[in-house]
Amino acid sequence: MSTTTDTAFQEANLGSGTTTTLNLGPTHPATHGVFQNILELDGERIVSAEQTIGYIHRAFEKIAERRPLYQITPLTDRLNYCSAPINNMGWHLTCEKLLGIQTPKRVDYLRVIIMELARIADHLICNSIVGVDTGAYTGFLYVMQYRELIYEIWEEVCGSRLTTSIGRIGGFERDFNDIAFTKLERFLKEYPAVLKEFENLFSRNRIFMERTIGAGPITAERALNYGFTGPNLRAAGVDYDVRVHTPYSSYQDFDFEIPTGTTGDCYDRFLVRNQEMYQSLNIITQAYRKIQDMKGEEATIFHADIPEYYLPEKKDVYTKMEALIYHFKIVMGEVEIPPGEVYSSVEGGNGELGFYIISDGGRTPYRLHFRRPCFIYYQAFEELVKGSMLADAIIVLSSLNLIAGEMDG
Amino acid sequence: MGLSNDLIQQKLEERFKDVVLQTETSYDMLSVEVAAPEILNVLQFLFDDQELKFRFLTDLTAVHYPAFKDRELAVVYHLHNLVDNCRIRIKVFVPVQQPDVPSAVNIFSAANWLERETYDFFGINFTGHPNLIRIQNVEEMDYFPLRKEFPLEDQTRIDKDDEMFGRGGNFDFGNRQSDGSPTQIPESTGGNTQ
Repeated sequence: MSTTTDTAFQEANLGSGTTTTLNLGPTHPATHGVFQNILELDGERIVSAEQTIGYIHRAFEKIAERRPLYQITPLTDRLNYCSAPINNMGWHLTCEKLLGIQTPKRVDYLRVIIMELARIADHLICNSIVGVDTGAYTGFLYVMQYRELIYEIWEEVCGSRLTTSIGRIGGFERDFNDIAFTKLERFLKEYPAVLKEFENLFSRNRIFMERTIGAGPITAERALNYGFTGPNLRAAGVDYDVRVHTPYSSYQDFDFEIPTGTTGDCYDRFLVRNQEMYQSLNIITQAYRKIQDMKGEEATIFHADIPEYYLPEKKDVYTKMEALIYHFKIVMGEVEIPPGEVYSSVEGGNGELGFYIISDGGRTPYRLHFRRPCFIYYQAFEELVKGSMLADAIIVLSSLNLIAGEMDG
Repeated sequence: MGLSNDLIQQKLEERFKDVVLQTETSYDMLSVEVAAPEILNVLQFLFDDQELKFRFLTDLTAVHYPAFKDRELAVVYHLHNLVDNCRIRIKVFVPVQQPDVPSAVNIFSAANWLERETYDFFGINFTGHPNLIRIQNVEEMDYFPLRKEFPLEDQTRIDKDDEMFGRGGNFDFGNRQSDGSPTQIPESTGGNTQ
């Protein structure tokens, strides 16, 4: 919003010596989540911003100290609820790292499909919300149809849509059914054109460009110092992506690019997210092809062979002694976790989602800490909006992809 | 990957002979315990050194070990060298009576809220922090909820005691004394240490 036409208006209103305090939030429709910003305004310019968070803090870290590993999965759903499957997978991968479990390739590829669908769902919401906040509601409604399709795929796999709790330690609770694959094929076929149209609506749109270019920029150096990760860091020009730096779930088997921006402003963040959706589609296509190429027994595996941690099939519970014992132990939470300290991270929808787990040999984690990306980068908000207009603060908020559930933990 | 754990360990021990108290490598990550008052020098050295370049603060949190006498609280830093893609874990231990750790805000802006959160839940007093107030909990709160003396479950229920979570004996979240009897929850542990 730094065009020359409104300079006269701004100057007339600047330096009057009086400032206004404005509460943006906690329940303001434009904040897209429950958090408060106390803005001090000089005219329409932001002098200072103070963020208050914690409105939906649910003490997950405390609760996790009294839960067996598999019962922590539903807690992770509620961090970044726009891309819950990534959190679930991140948690399973952490457990597997701690327990020393190797997953079969097919499990890895199925997980990659689910995670990349989640990334698309996440970026799609974030980008279309940026659209809404700049005055273009159409894109938001248009892409909602395809988020719905992603949710339907998840529903086929795990039965839920938003808080998925998808997968188990070692793999999936059941194999993907044919409907899931049919819907995935439909998504892969139809979505690229939709994404292109969505992009056309915004990326060269004069109004959108003028609203977003130069709004809330950050240099690569400051972004790193502030602990930015994910698309927000990449928009500032740093090509750090956990999927490439520390490949998990066989990401090294895929060929994809890391899109980066230059200025780290809202426009770059928008473009990076858009490009990432294309890359995600590319990865899903590759993963789906690899799964289709699998033959024989390999083509039916959907979990690792770890009877101690993976629930046995129900019919085995009734007929086999061992299965009955494991079933009882797992359900009652009587499985001891080997002692150890692990930090494991995945590339979440909005940055590096890390899990730091300490086990003392008990049945629950001794301590579990979530590295929640948007909690860490939200503290840069004041630096991003200081000196800009009130309307810019709204776009910066939405383009940072802040999820209250993740921020408050 | 030009950086090995051995090299980091060697450089740290060379530069900080009496400060590095313990090192171990678990799950491929080097974990270094350093003396609390020197933590800023260590972080600054890791940041500035031309070979080490640990310039990204991934995470900062704390852990409460009630059984460790006079070093009950551990502050854990996860640092990342993005160039060589190498991670390192730094720990400092402080006594629960006087949990003073110098604030790393001047090295990493990201430490600001992370330290506030750690203070909020564990009561670590980050000296030199510009705004050390609670971040997730209400300001009126006068205890630090993630410390182990505050059990999650109802204290009167024996079906949810530590025995059920595989922690017998006295090293069970610090809720037992050495003879096995439950410890009393102390009256407010000092509240805001500021």
